[in-house]
Amino acid sequence: MSKKIVVPFGPQHPVLPEPIHLDLVLEDETVIDVVPSIGYIHRGLETLVAKREFTEYVYVAERTCGICSFIHGMTYCQGVEQIMDLEIPARAHYLRTIWSEYSRLHSHLLWLGLFADAMGFENLFMNSWRLREFVLDVLEETTGGRVIQGSCKVGGVRRDISDEKLAAMAGDLKSFETELSDLSEVFLHDDSLKSRLVGVGTLSRTDAYDLGAAGPVARGSGVAIDLRKTGYAAYRELRFEPATESAGDCYARCAVRIRELFSSIDLIRQAVEKMPEGEIEVKLKGMPDGEYFSRSEQPRGELVHYLKGNGTKHLVRSRIRTPTLTNVPSLVKMLQGCELADVPVIVLSIDPCIGCMER
Amino acid sequence: MTYLKRSPWIIHYDASSCNGCDIEVLACLTPMYDVERFGIVNTGNPKHADIFVVTGSINEQNREVVKNIYEQMPDPKVVVAVGICAASGGVFRECYNVSGGIDKIIPVDVYVPGCAARPESIIDGIVKSLSILEEKRTKMNSPAAKKDTQSGGIQ
Amino acid sequence: MKIEEQPTTVIAVAHLIGRVEQFRKGGFRLVQMNATQVGDEFEINYSFEKDYRFENLRLIIPAETEVPSISGMYWGAFVYENEMHDLFGIAVKGMNIDFNGNFIRTKVRYPFRNPTFQGEGPCQRK
Repeated sequence: MSKKIVVPFGPQHPVLPEPIHLDLVLEDETVIDVVPSIGYIHRGLETLVAKREFTEYVYVAERTCGICSFIHGMTYCQGVEQIMDLEIPARAHYLRTIWSEYSRLHSHLLWLGLFADAMGFENLFMNSWRLREFVLDVLEETTGGRVIQGSCKVGGVRRDISDEKLAAMAGDLKSFETELSDLSEVFLHDDSLKSRLVGVGTLSRTDAYDLGAAGPVARGSGVAIDLRKTGYAAYRELRFEPATESAGDCYARCAVRIRELFSSIDLIRQAVEKMPEGEIEVKLKGMPDGEYFSRSEQPRGELVHYLKGNGTKHLVRSRIRTPTLTNVPSLVKMLQGCELADVPVIVLSIDPCIGCMER
Repeated sequence: MTYLKRSPWIIHYDASSCNGCDIEVLACLTPMYDVERFGIVNTGNPKHADIFVVTGSINEQNREVVKNIYEQMPDPKVVVAVGICAASGGVFRECYNVSGGIDKIIPVDVYVPGCAARPESIIDGIVKSLSILEEKRTKMNSPAAKKDTQSGGIQ
Repeated sequence: MKIEEQPTTVIAVAHLIGRVEQFRKGGFRLVQMNATQVGDEFEINYSFEKDYRFENLRLIIPAETEVPSISGMYWGAFVYENEMHDLFGIAVKGMNIDFNGNFIRTKVRYPFRNPTFQGEGPCQRK
């Protein structure tokens, strides 16, 4: 039997945009065990609920993560609204849905780029990010921010989008969709990419479910969990099906995300079409008293904001359970038995967002 | 103009940032902004780098990492703190685990404001840091400085 | 309008393993675990979900109580249990992967127990 050696991976590593540390236990080239250790980005922002009023905490919630910031803000607001039994206007729900889907587009394109880069395919990285700029432009025009939008508030949204702009947005999606098709053609059908992805980092359906995997990691293994199906925001009135694949390997997770890109485009079109007239916010009355587990579907999977209020302007507890945290056990399972050279691709295939995970 | 000013290499480290600034730093490299046309290359190795771009604030665990990367970089070097968290801790400055801005650990030459900092301002900050880098280089190569290092060197 | 019902059952520590076992057998997945400090006591929530049916178990315990680990039934629970230990100082017995307090390394020990905040001092060196 050969000797076991431990190879540290991270915290500063060329393929990682963010620091995470993994101790890989190797036997020759095969990874037999993995011990993750985190804490490089831990800030402890959940404790800030004691310092910020519940209406101000939206800013902190948004800055949990710079990639899915809008969805964090929205999930927090949604939780407080549920505690306060606040009915927000339908138009606000639709606007939130549109911005959520644009966030998903930007996040998935970002991931596609990083993923391509991890495989050494720099041209594809650049092209994914070039396409992503289109999404960021829309976000900037409609909210004022490229990556941190600040357009959600407790009781609705901060700004409206005019009907002309909405129509233009829906129109612009056409050329975007064409370019996206070209891009996804490469990701799904290129032989050199396939050889790096197919059969690599396989997670079975049972494992995915038992380990509590979320989002594209779960759906890539055939577990059709998509929190948008619970019907928060405007999703109850829109038609879509969770994208699932059955293979459970890196290729399947990539395919799920690509199908979600197209489904997001479709959802934005539906939302623009059905956009109701009316107010975009309601006035707040009283203070939150009670608790709620606000759940939503982030680009990386299921996000849970647990909020507990005691009738004062400060909440007692905010707990943010992000999809990356719940995908860590699945990552450990995927890495066991893989080859050392495949580690970067497998780590990226769960779309790790460390900033979110460690809060 | 020297080679250094023409083609600086940067190393980026994410201290405890929320990712917002990180992805904007990365966005600078991609076709829309494309700093690589100025010869700016993002490297993963501190020993190759001239400019240290840090996003996010200092916390307990990354204190040593930031210091270590800085010390490994060859002279002359400059540090660009990107985003308000890197400047002062920003929205998280009251958190128990956040010690404050990058300048608590290493000297910072340029502060780029913003939450998240926009790619345009990041590029602006890096361009500003180039002249500081040039200044440091001139100072380092001046006869007085050279004499200093010679006398201070190994006997 | 409530998005979904979220029934919560308060149980005693002794019944935890049995109840979690029932969820496991019933095909529920573990959504999350978290702790909340309420006065001198801690509330620990265990959330489960099956087919978008969301249910919670809750323990209400004094600070020094030891909680049994559920990682034997839900392997992935170690991330939440280690986090609970590192942030709140809740002792969890029998974790499958025990980081011994090194999962999240923080400046202060058990920071979420009566959290402290940085003062208003200068945030930059100047």
